[in-house]
Amino acid sequence: MSMDVLTLSRVQFGLTASFHYLYPPLSIGLGVVLVLTEALWLKTGQPLYHQMARFWTKVFALTFALGVATGIVLEFEFGTNWATFSRYVGDVFGSALAAEGIFAFFLESGFLAVLLFGWDKVSRGVHFFATCMVCLGAHFSAIWIVVANSWMQTPAGYHIVEEGLRARAEITDFWAMVFNPSAMDRLFHVLCGAWQAGAFLVVSVSAWYLLQGRHTAFARASLRLGLAVGLGASVLQLVSGHRSAVGVARYQPAKLAAFEGLYETGPYAPLTLLGWVDEKAETTRGPAVPGLLSLLVHGDPAQPVTGLREFPPEDRPPVQATFQLFHAMVGIGFGLIAVAGLGFLYFWRGSLFEKRWLLWVLVFAVLGPQLANQCGWFAAEIGRQPWIVYGRLRTAEGLSAVVQAEAVLTSLVLFTLIYALLFAVFVYLLNDKIQHGPDAADLTPSGKLALPTRGNA
Amino acid sequence: MSYGSLDLNTVWYILIGVLFTGYAMLDGFDLGVGALHLFTKSDEDRRVMLNAIGPVWDGNEVWLVTGGGALFAAFPEVYATVFSGFYMAFVLLLVALIFRAVAIEFRSKQPMRWWRQMWDVGFAAGSVLSSLLIGIAMGNIAWGIPLDERGEFTGTFASLLHPYSLCLGVTTLALFAMHGAIYAVLKTEGALQARLRSWVNRTIIAFIVCYAITTMATLLYVPHMAARMRAHPWLFSVALVNMLAIANIPRAIQHRREGQAFLSSCVAMAALMGLFGLELYPNLVLSQPEPAHSLTIHNAASSPKTLGIMLTIAIIGVPVVIAYTISIYWIFRGKVKLDRMSY
Repeated sequence: MSMDVLTLSRVQFGLTASFHYLYPPLSIGLGVVLVLTEALWLKTGQPLYHQMARFWTKVFALTFALGVATGIVLEFEFGTNWATFSRYVGDVFGSALAAEGIFAFFLESGFLAVLLFGWDKVSRGVHFFATCMVCLGAHFSAIWIVVANSWMQTPAGYHIVEEGLRARAEITDFWAMVFNPSAMDRLFHVLCGAWQAGAFLVVSVSAWYLLQGRHTAFARASLRLGLAVGLGASVLQLVSGHRSAVGVARYQPAKLAAFEGLYETGPYAPLTLLGWVDEKAETTRGPAVPGLLSLLVHGDPAQPVTGLREFPPEDRPPVQATFQLFHAMVGIGFGLIAVAGLGFLYFWRGSLFEKRWLLWVLVFAVLGPQLANQCGWFAAEIGRQPWIVYGRLRTAEGLSAVVQAEAVLTSLVLFTLIYALLFAVFVYLLNDKIQHGPDAADLTPSGKLALPTRGNA
Repeated sequence: MSYGSLDLNTVWYILIGVLFTGYAMLDGFDLGVGALHLFTKSDEDRRVMLNAIGPVWDGNEVWLVTGGGALFAAFPEVYATVFSGFYMAFVLLLVALIFRAVAIEFRSKQPMRWWRQMWDVGFAAGSVLSSLLIGIAMGNIAWGIPLDERGEFTGTFASLLHPYSLCLGVTTLALFAMHGAIYAVLKTEGALQARLRSWVNRTIIAFIVCYAITTMATLLYVPHMAARMRAHPWLFSVALVNMLAIANIPRAIQHRREGQAFLSSCVAMAALMGLFGLELYPNLVLSQPEPAHSLTIHNAASSPKTLGIMLTIAIIGVPVVIAYTISIYWIFRGKVKLDRMSY
């Protein structure tokens, strides 16, 4: 069977979106780390924090560049591949996208120049301000795009005008659109994931330096900061994840049922810890705790949870994929709490640096948030199927009417090749920066940076 | 927030025009610097060229992202029709822009000759291709494209590459190269600057030749793009401003007033975009051969409510954006000095 436009377009969007999503979480998380590091530097005046800020800024710049380059593709793809969807949601997405462009992108890219190139040109205070603005801009961009995506999950504040092929959503209440039922929980969830991604990168690099016995003072200070942010974010992630799931149960019951592989509606709904879904026999095999799902969703094990049988087969998402991706995300999330908790405990006791096995675990923990972020997004988007706008517009109906399969195949091949190249270069350069390590020269600030700040003189 | 009897559709037509003009003025010079990049031979000169745009290219590209976003928001029908209709053109533009962004970032990270040469070629090719494609897109909008009664594009990618659109593509490339050369003169000194000064003159000549050909072609074959000016002769003053601004560039360069030359180049671009917008209005995408299917500011727009909300966002945000854009250009004023944080 030859691939059709729908499959190719979905594969292309999935590929470009998931590749893009490797980078913005790192920028957001590293942005927080940079703000904290520079704040510590301003407060204590210790050159070590200056060295840290300089080093992590270089890593930040790399992730940011990749994020921008791969982000433009997504903005254009709504129009190139999903023209009918674009016509349908244009009026609703409009305000969110305008806000994103004006408040987030300009803020980020403008102050990035000062963050990267302004070290010797502006005072410490102005540089710190620029760093805060870049970090804020990165968070703003997450806000608006998650609001738009959440509207596709739980549409609100709109009405449908015209009919048939010309039907489209028009905004009726801006704030109801922004605060649609899933928006704030999902935003919180995405931001926690981003903080984890940034923090665990810092943790991983620092642990590796400690294992090599290089840059020890730098690595210890970075590790402490990274573990603190990482543990905080991992624990908050548990809260945000729970809140999101309760929201999904309420507003997207078919998706929650697919997350949990639940076919039968009823009280004392079980929580399957891990398992295998048999979509033909409509059962899920694996160890399960009876009543736990009801308890988590409703706070009462006797309350019923809606199962997949309540939905006609054409309205169900692919259950196996959604189930496995969701469970992988949750499993990794708990693993990260354990890893960050252990690291923090031994750091606090002062014995972390002798525990080489734990340092190795911390080195590889960098993959955790990335995998969990990817699994989480795929679960959220596959779980929304067959809808592109939940309950309103089917994914198959959102395609561009005029685009041929050959064109999408060509662009898919082009993007795949370029992204493979980009990824290779990214890994190569990131490794290069890590091997090079922090600059010793950064311990003796020069130019305007050498001037004492007021109060620290 | 209610804007009473204000014609929001026209306001957004103008605002999107302003965004794309801002994009042309700002990213235009760094696309131009990219197009000229391979003509500088030594590694240090190339690094100076890259660092001339280093702190600002990223912010400049945001004008395109925001322009695209605003088009999606204000005129979703146009966004959907143009982006899906010009599918391969936009994919190529994306590939070119990605290559440029990555090349700037990666080129100076390694000392090997082949490494730097590879990214330099990628950077220049990406810049040239982006400029050409932007011009070709403009050419097709001016010429008109076949649309059906639902506003869907019915042509092919090959049908977009006709002599008139290619002519506008080359003109855009020449315009950006001139703009970039002037900007590079502003940011450099010494021997490199002297060489760039001579390039400004060559690029001006190239641009004026292209511009004359395009103008003739427009008057002869695309008369609808001059109709409003024929009906309202006072609009010729915009064309006059455009020509005087172009004429002022060699004069200002001669007198070593590079800042004035750069501003003149910006004014010329604004006047060109102004003429384009005046002639196209109220159409956004002209349908040929069936003008009745054209997408206009009325049949392609979002609801007045959305246009109003977006205007509020723009009124709050744009002054802030302009203020810090200016302050960032101020912080990075003066000649390029290479240091260890440079590209």
